Amino acid sequence: MFEYAPAPESRAIVDLRPSYGLFIDGEFVDGEDLHKTINPATEEVLAEVTWAGEADVDRAVRAARTAYEQVWGPMPGRDRAKYLFRIARLVQERSRELAVLESLDNGKPIRESRDVDLPLVAAHFFYYAGWADKLPYAGFGPDPKPLGVAAQVIPWNFPLLMLAWKIAPALAAGNTVVLKPAETTPLTALLFAEICQQADLPAGVVNIVTGAGDTGRALVEHPGVDKVAFTGSTEVGKAIARAVAGTRKKLTLELGGKAANIVYDDAPIDQAVEGIVNGIFFNQGHVCCAGSRLLVQESVAGEVLESLKRRMARLRVGDPLDKNTDVGAINSADQLARIRELSDAGSAEGAQRWSPPCELPERGFWFAPTIFTGVTQAHRVAREEIFGPVLSVLTFRTPAEAVEKANNTPYGLSAGIWTDKGSRILWTADRLRAGVVWANTFNKFDPTSPFGGYKESGYGREGGRHGLEGYLNV
Amino acid sequence: MSERVAVRKTYKLFIGGKFPRSESGRSYLVQDSNVSLASRKDARDAVVAARAAAKGWAGATAYNRGQILYRVAEMLEGRREQFVALGVPADEVDAAVDRWVWYAGWSDKLPQVYGGANPVAGPYFNLSAPEPTGVVAAVAPETPALLGLVSVIAPAIVTGNTVVVAASPAAPLAAVTLAEVLATSDLPGGVVNILTGRLSETVPTLAAHMDVNAIDLTGVADAELAAELEVRAAENLKRVLRPAPADHDWHTDPGLTRMTTLLETKTVWHPKGT
Amino acid sequence: MTATATSARSDLSELGRSETALRTFLHGLPGVDQVGAEQRAAQLGTRSIKTTAKAQAIDLAIRMVDLTTLEGADTPGKVRALAAKALRPDPADPSCPHVGAVCVYPAMVPYVAEVLAGSGVHLASVATAFPSGQAPLEVKLADVRAAVAAGADEIDMVINRGAFLAGRYGEVYDEIVATKQACGDAHLKVILETGELATYDNVRRASWLGMLAGGDFIKTSTGKVPVAATLPVTLVMLEAVRDFRAATGRQVGVKPAGGIKTTKDAIKYLVMVNETVGADWLDPDWFRFGASSLLNDLLMQRTKLTTGVYAGPDYFTLD
Repeated sequence: MFEYAPAPESRAIVDLRPSYGLFIDGEFVDGEDLHKTINPATEEVLAEVTWAGEADVDRAVRAARTAYEQVWGPMPGRDRAKYLFRIARLVQERSRELAVLESLDNGKPIRESRDVDLPLVAAHFFYYAGWADKLPYAGFGPDPKPLGVAAQVIPWNFPLLMLAWKIAPALAAGNTVVLKPAETTPLTALLFAEICQQADLPAGVVNIVTGAGDTGRALVEHPGVDKVAFTGSTEVGKAIARAVAGTRKKLTLELGGKAANIVYDDAPIDQAVEGIVNGIFFNQGHVCCAGSRLLVQESVAGEVLESLKRRMARLRVGDPLDKNTDVGAINSADQLARIRELSDAGSAEGAQRWSPPCELPERGFWFAPTIFTGVTQAHRVAREEIFGPVLSVLTFRTPAEAVEKANNTPYGLSAGIWTDKGSRILWTADRLRAGVVWANTFNKFDPTSPFGGYKESGYGREGGRHGLEGYLNV
Repeated sequence: MSERVAVRKTYKLFIGGKFPRSESGRSYLVQDSNVSLASRKDARDAVVAARAAAKGWAGATAYNRGQILYRVAEMLEGRREQFVALGVPADEVDAAVDRWVWYAGWSDKLPQVYGGANPVAGPYFNLSAPEPTGVVAAVAPETPALLGLVSVIAPAIVTGNTVVVAASPAAPLAAVTLAEVLATSDLPGGVVNILTGRLSETVPTLAAHMDVNAIDLTGVADAELAAELEVRAAENLKRVLRPAPADHDWHTDPGLTRMTTLLETKTVWHPKGT
Repeated sequence: MTATATSARSDLSELGRSETALRTFLHGLPGVDQVGAEQRAAQLGTRSIKTTAKAQAIDLAIRMVDLTTLEGADTPGKVRALAAKALRPDPADPSCPHVGAVCVYPAMVPYVAEVLAGSGVHLASVATAFPSGQAPLEVKLADVRAAVAAGADEIDMVINRGAFLAGRYGEVYDEIVATKQACGDAHLKVILETGELATYDNVRRASWLGMLAGGDFIKTSTGKVPVAATLPVTLVMLEAVRDFRAATGRQVGVKPAGGIKTTKDAIKYLVMVNETVGADWLDPDWFRFGASSLLNDLLMQRTKLTTGVYAGPDYFTLD
C-alpha cells in the first residue's frame, strides 16, 4: 500500500496578533467585547476579536458615509479602479498567507483555499477593478450612480471569497462599505483590512466590523445604509428582507440551496462521479450551491453508486493544513450538531446511511463523508439544507420526472446535469428553476459569471455585469 | 317616439380569461357603476389561474409573445373612443397604446440585452439568460388609471410572467375595459388577471401567497401598508418592486428595471472538449 | 455484481465474432468528458508526496521502469550496457532495486537475454513492425515469434490505428488475437498510440478492444510520435482496466510510455494509480513506465533522500 506521509503547509507565514479591534475609518480600533476565534480542526484559540456593538456599527457607517461623500463618491472611476487593482495584486502577493489563515480559521483544506478560494478572490478584484471606469457601458444607462453606503454581511463557508464578492463590485460602482464577517471566521477579513491599509485605500471606504448576529442586525437596520447585501441562511435572509421593508435600502440576498445533480444513463460516468464528489464534498459540503441531492436514472443507479462509494473511500479526511487533505473540519460545533441532527433524522426516517471507513481526529469538529440511499422527496435529508458532507440519493426514470423532482423544493440556487446528449442538456437546463446550471461539470465559479438564486435561494446576482446592478441606483 | 333604452354593462373581474363576478357576490358603486368587490378568495382564484397559465406563457416563443402584445396595442387603438368615453384623456390612451407597442418589441430583445456569454477563465461555454420569475402580483397606480395599469402589466408579461393585478379602486372601469381588450387579443387566459375592489382585501392575500413569486407595489400609496406588504412578501422572498413616488411621470421612458426586477438570470456552464 | 459479472463475462467473449457486436459494445461505453478527465488528472497531480512516501514511491517507480532503447543506432554493446544498468541501477548502493524490464528491438534481444538470464528482470521487445505497424500481418507475426524465440518474455505490439480510426474494429481485434497467439507464454502489451487516437473516447474504446482481444497490458505510446503518454490518457486507461476487471474478473496492466522524464512525473502517475485503481496495480506486474532518462532522475532523487544532498548527473551512469 502506498501511504502518503504528512505534508503539512507551514503556518509560520501567518503572524497573528493576540487580539484584534474593529477596522473603522482606516484604523484598527480597540473594542471591549472580546471573543475567541478558534481553529475548528483542533479547537485551539487563534486570536481574540471584538464583537461590535451598536455604537461601533454607527461609527463605521458614519465613516463610510463621510468617505462616500468626500472621497470615494467624487473620485473618478479610473482612480477607484487603480485602488482595486492594487488590492488584487496584494491579494496575489499575500495569497499563501491568506490561504493558510483561511484554512486555520475555517477548517477548509489548504488545497482548496490555495487552489480555489484565493485565485478567485484575486480574480474577482481584477474583474471589478476594470468596471470602475466603464460603468456607463454596463447597460444600466449612460450615467449610473452608486447607492451610497453598503452594509454587507457574509457567511463562514468562503470567508475571503464572499468578502471579495461583496466588496469588489460595491467599490467599483462607487459605494463605500461596512462589512461584517461571520463570527467563526473573522480573521481573513481583518488581514484584508491590513491589505486595504497597505494599498493606501482612503480611510472609511472599507470598514470591517466583526461580531455575531447582533452586530449584523445593527448594521442592516442602521438608517444610514443605502444598500444591504447578505449571503447566508434563508431564515436570516427573510428576517433581513422584513427588516428593510418600507425603507429605501436596496437588497440582494444569496441564500440556501438544495441542488439536484441529475445523472442520466448516458452520462460520462467517471466525470459524473467526480462531479458528484466535488458537488457535495467540496468545502465539507459547506456550500450553498452544493449538489446535495443526487438524482440518478434508475438504469445506471447501481453502477453510479458503486463508483461513487469507491471514490468516496479515496477521500482523505483530516488536517486542513495537510496538502493532501480533501475534506477538512466542520466549521463549528453548532454546525456539526446540525449536520448530526439531520443525518440522524435521515436514519430514523428509514434511509440507508453509508460512509467509507475513515478515522476522524479526536479533537476538533469532524464529520465523515456520508451518503443516504433509498431517499424519497419526503425525507428531511432531501428537503432541508444540511450544509455538510451529506448526500441524499434519489432515482428517477424519465427526464420529466428528473426535472419535476429537481424543482420540487423552495430553493433554486443551482443544479447539475450529466449526459452526453446535447439536446437533453438544453431541454433540462431550460426547465430547471435554478440560477446556476452546471452541465457535465459542477461547482465552477468565475468573476464574469453571474451567481444567485431563484425562489427562496434569494435575489440579485453576484458576479459579471449583472453583479453591478445591485450596487447601482437603477 | 321613445328614446332607446341603453344596455348597461356589468363590470366584473377578469380571472383565467373569464369574467366572473366576485365569489362573495359583492359589488361597490364607483364611477357611477356597480363594480365587483373582489374578496380574498377571488385573489386566491386569480393566483391559481395565473399559475396555471405560467408554464405555457413562459414557454411561448418570444416572437409569439411580442406579437400578442402588439395585438393588444391594435385592439386598444380600436377602442380608443370607448376609453375616452370612460373619462380617460385621449393622450393617455395614445400613450397606453404606445406603451404596449414599446414593450411588445422587448420580448425578443431583452434576453439579448440583459443576458449573454460570459468569458470565464477556463474551457467552458457559459451563458446567462433571463427567465420569467413566475406569478407576479401587482398593484396598479391610482392614476393614471389606464396608462398606469398598462405600465405595470406589460413589463411583467412581456418576458413570460403571468400577473394578478389589483386595479385602481377609485377608477376601475378602465381596468375592466382593458380586460375586454386583453380577452380579444389572443392573450391566453390567466396570463393577466384583474381584480377590482379594495386593496386592503386582496393585496395582503397576494403579498402573503406562497405561490406568488414577485410583488409590484407600484400603486400602494400608503407607506405603512407598503411596508407591511413587503414584510409579508419576505415570507417566500418575493421579488419586490417598491411603490412609485406620488409625483411619478408615467409618460417618461420606463427603463428596464420594471422588467428586470421580475426576471431571474440563469447561467449555464458546459465544458468544451472533444 | 457477481451475477452481472458472470453474464458479462460470457457476453464479452462473443464480441470478437462480429464487427457489429464490437462496434455496438465499444460505442456503448460511457463517454469521457475531456475537461473533466483533464481536471481530475491535474488535481491528482497536486498531491504532495514527501519523505517516507517519496522514498517508497521512488523504489517502486524504479522497479516499474521498462528501461528502453529503441534507436536505429542501437548495438549489442549499447544494449548490454543498458541491461547491466537494469540489474544494478545504482552500483554504489546495493539496496537499490532492479528495474522491471529492458525493452529493445527484436534484433537486440539475444544480447540482452545473455545479461538478464535468471535475474528476474523481464525482457521486452517491440515487435509487429514497430512503430508504424505498417507491414503484412504475417511479417508482423514472424517478428513476434522471432523475438520470443530469442528470449523476450514480453512483447509490445502496436495496434493498427488506421483500421481503428476507420472503424474497422474487427480487423484490429483479429490482429491482436493473432499476435497474442504468436506470443505463446510471453506477455502481450498492446500499444494504443494514444497520440494518434485524438480523443479520450477513442482511448477508452481502444483500451477495451485491446483487453477484449487478450492483451495482458495496454500501453499508451511508441514514443515515436509527437504526443506520448499523458496523465489524463493514463487515467482513462486505468479506468478501463478497473472496469474490465469488474466486468470479466481478469486484471490487465497499464504502461504509460514516452515523455515521462522526472521523478515528479513518475510520482504523479503512481498517485493516479493509487487513487484510481488502488494497491492491486501498484506492482511491476501491473504497472510499468516505458522510459529511458527517467531512471537517472529517480536515482538522483533517491540519493538525495538518503544523503540529504542534491546529486548531479556526473555521478550516475549514462547507459
